[in-house]
Amino acid sequence: MNIELLKKLTECFSPSGREDRIRDIIKAEVEPYVTDVWTDALGNLICHKKGPGKKLMMAAHMDEIGFMVTHIEDSGFLRFVNVGGISAYNCINRAVVFENGTVGVISYENKEKAASAGLSQMYIDIGAKDKAEAEEKVEIGSMAGYKGELSLMGELATSKTMDDRVGCFVLIEAIKAAKESPNELFAVFTVQEEVGLRGAKTSAFAVEPDMGFAIDVSMTGDTPESSFASLSLGKGPGIKLKDASFIINPAARDFAIKAARVAEIPYQLEAAAYGGTDAGAINLTRGGVPAGTISVPTRYIHSPQEVVSLSDVENSITLVTKMIETAI
Amino acid sequence: MEINEILRRLDTPFGVSGNEKEVRDVIKELFGGLCTEVSEDALGNVIGILCCGKENAPTIMIEGHQDELGLVVSGITDEGSLRFLTVGGFDPKTLPGTEVTVHAEGGNYFGVIGAKPPHLVKGPAKGLSVSDMAVDVGYSKEKSEKIFKVGDIITLNTGFVQLGGSTVAARCIDDRGGLAAVVRALELAQNLKLDCTVYAVATVQEELGLRGAKTAAAQLVPDAAIAIDVCHGTSPGVSDNAFPLGKGVVVSVGPNLHPKLTRQLLDTAKENRLDVQIDVDSGDTGTDAWEIQVAGTGVPTALLSIPLRYMHANYEVGDSKDIETTARLIAAYLLKFKGGEQLCY
Amino acid sequence: MLLKQLCSLCAPSGWEDEARSFIIEQIKDIPGIEITVDTMGNVIAHKPGKGKKIMVAAHMDEVGFIVSGFTDDGFVKFKTVGGIMTSVLVSKRVVLGENKVDGIISSKAVHLQSAADREKPASMRDLYIDIGAKDKADAESKLSLGDYGTFAGEYTEFGDGYVKSKALDDRVGCAVMLELIKENYENDMYFCFTVQEEVGLRGATIAANRIGPELALVLEGTTCNDVHGAKPHQTVTYSGGGAVMTAMDGAAISDRRYFEMIKTLAAREDIPLQIKRTSAGGTDAGSIQRSGAGVKTAVLAVPCRYIHSPVSVMHMRDYDSVRRLAAAVLKELEGRDI
Repeated sequence: MNIELLKKLTECFSPSGREDRIRDIIKAEVEPYVTDVWTDALGNLICHKKGPGKKLMMAAHMDEIGFMVTHIEDSGFLRFVNVGGISAYNCINRAVVFENGTVGVISYENKEKAASAGLSQMYIDIGAKDKAEAEEKVEIGSMAGYKGELSLMGELATSKTMDDRVGCFVLIEAIKAAKESPNELFAVFTVQEEVGLRGAKTSAFAVEPDMGFAIDVSMTGDTPESSFASLSLGKGPGIKLKDASFIINPAARDFAIKAARVAEIPYQLEAAAYGGTDAGAINLTRGGVPAGTISVPTRYIHSPQEVVSLSDVENSITLVTKMIETAI
Repeated sequence: MEINEILRRLDTPFGVSGNEKEVRDVIKELFGGLCTEVSEDALGNVIGILCCGKENAPTIMIEGHQDELGLVVSGITDEGSLRFLTVGGFDPKTLPGTEVTVHAEGGNYFGVIGAKPPHLVKGPAKGLSVSDMAVDVGYSKEKSEKIFKVGDIITLNTGFVQLGGSTVAARCIDDRGGLAAVVRALELAQNLKLDCTVYAVATVQEELGLRGAKTAAAQLVPDAAIAIDVCHGTSPGVSDNAFPLGKGVVVSVGPNLHPKLTRQLLDTAKENRLDVQIDVDSGDTGTDAWEIQVAGTGVPTALLSIPLRYMHANYEVGDSKDIETTARLIAAYLLKFKGGEQLCY
Repeated sequence: MLLKQLCSLCAPSGWEDEARSFIIEQIKDIPGIEITVDTMGNVIAHKPGKGKKIMVAAHMDEVGFIVSGFTDDGFVKFKTVGGIMTSVLVSKRVVLGENKVDGIISSKAVHLQSAADREKPASMRDLYIDIGAKDKADAESKLSLGDYGTFAGEYTEFGDGYVKSKALDDRVGCAVMLELIKENYENDMYFCFTVQEEVGLRGATIAANRIGPELALVLEGTTCNDVHGAKPHQTVTYSGGGAVMTAMDGAAISDRRYFEMIKTLAAREDIPLQIKRTSAGGTDAGSIQRSGAGVKTAVLAVPCRYIHSPVSVMHMRDYDSVRRLAAAVLKELEGRDI
């Protein structure tokens, strides 16, 4: 497996709305393998590969959750809001990084108990001695993401942005591996998923696919006393049948299951009560599009240490490759 | 057809949001006998077209949603029972002690949602949540794992019960009652000389957020639309924003609804001596009307509702007289609909 | 099928008429039988014999409902008869009164409940039965105060040998007894189909007083929690695990030697037997045991999941084990004393 690429993707800075860096990396990787590539008005990277058949859209989102500076205190500390689903509990005493490389640490007004502190009681410490020094490094509206590296833990890997760089990785590797293209393929690396599936909505409108899939992470239920979830790590990619954003169209379900069977990989069927993926937006495009989601099973989603299994990643690549190679 | 018969035919087949095929086939058959052509779109919306034959005739959409609430298998327990999630907004309190059908790949299987004795329920006197429940299918874990899959749909074995007078208790009068009104209106329209073309639409996935209506209206962009859904009926402790059963169709007014179209429906009711009640909705009506209104360049939309007691419980209770009234109002309005200036501000 | 017919009968405690008529019809032509219906409605079927006086009991009544009022807009207020968890009532179909009026137990739609209400379990205060009446007068023309009712629902076989029905407690006991009663015995046998077990073991009290037996065998349906979410120590019994014998419950402690005899007998005859693993609950054995100068009692029961709900569930194998073991016990009692 191309761990170097996974490392590059997961360590890149690109919160929702600031996807320029990650887009450049992906574009360079994919460009040699497709017919044409363009970036649309919102910043979605649309990679088109010609084929004789119907239009298949595969989407993975490039953005990550993050933070935005809203106020700079006279003392040089930064107040902030969340960009996407940041959990207050997870971000206390964690390192973050801004686009220009400025590093900060999030902490909280410690009159509060850590467990009850909300983001409005927190601040980012960037080591500035006062407002003026802070303003040399950041301004109101600057965004930060978690700081962290890809680490391997035996069969597993952890990083700050498995959601959804691992999906991007799967899609990139599948594009490279696919030998045939019976469909008119649109591999779309979407923006702003974490703030409401926004990039998928506009890119699907432009592409007008006949069928679409999101490739995204999904929660597992395989940790001690965890609440129930269908997926476990290491048992293959999930074929997600339902979450809060979509319920799979039977045609899309059958297509995905068949591809998994033909590819002879393990897979898991998944039904979730919460969560959402780009499939929700693709599904409701124009007159409606059969849509589904391929899930990479992931522990601790939206924490700075999201964990996946490398064998699941490998099998996800095989599955997506097979889907690309199969006429819809 | 007698209205109760139409309702029974529509209420019997299953159609949980996203898996509406069984009811869709029945709708296609019912629309087929009454429309010029019937088609199905990518998400499964059924679209019946009743052509008046005139060139450039104005178009009007009359619609109800075909989907219903249901459950979906999310896992198998060590006892061989099925864990499940709800599809749509169920009241978990109605589920213990309920008989269900699990729609597995190999066929349908009977099961029950058991009720755990109170001392086994976590927490002090808490209401039940679906994570405390499971469907007992009478198989061991090994056998259940062979028969059932995550994603299998589960429906409730609620019967169709004629109660007193013209009231009916059934599984999903929300919104098969609305569709029954659409079918009955098409039937009444057969003998009318219309100046408009009617799009009769049965939408999918309403219960998950008006999803089918959004894409159906985006394709059709009709000159006007009438959504038919249900509203709350009065019952003990329920009087605000609720309407008595048997006292006619409920016409909504508010920002979601086109004032002229609504006014004309009310006038039509008066002229035809049809009972109407008025519901004031200050914003989102929570019905397909909300999506249809903003489709494409906009669609003048009205909302008719059938009063219904215990919406989203195992048994919903409605009055078939109200469904008939709704159908008569729609048919009478179709006769008057000419498009053009009729709905201009 | 006998059990299916028995389960479909409407016979809540205090209004067992339907079960009584059905049962008398089944046994009236058995040669040598003497049938007595006492003041509360117990059916006592005597098969005279030369040996010991033995009482076999199963209760005819089931949990149900009683009409307690009408609202002005024609909804029916009700009380439960016997112990029914409120959590199984919401949105269930019932039949009420002699004319079998259909009704649905109802409460506020989920949308209309406050956030606090949604968190709370259902409460009897908020429940009523919708029979589709226009108003109070219309409702009163169909039902009267004090009319009884039960859950509606069919007897259904499913899964690997399971049965779902209302009223398995204690029509299983009645069904076993209807089979046992056809056999010939040396002992002086009293087969009692009792009333009002569910409201306090009341019918059995006066039946035992009348008979004055030496020994009694009670046939029952009993609790079974081998379901999702229950820890092993909370399961009480296992469905499919065989006939259940009670060592001790809230109403009676089984006679030690009688208990041991049945255990040995089950092992000898290779009939699956499990001992109930709780002391909660009670059966007619409680009132029989303390009648007159005291009676040795034992209880054999079929484990029933979701007991007292419209969907109680049992395994056919357990029913069969109870039937075989009860028959073996009655034969064993012919030769020996305890």
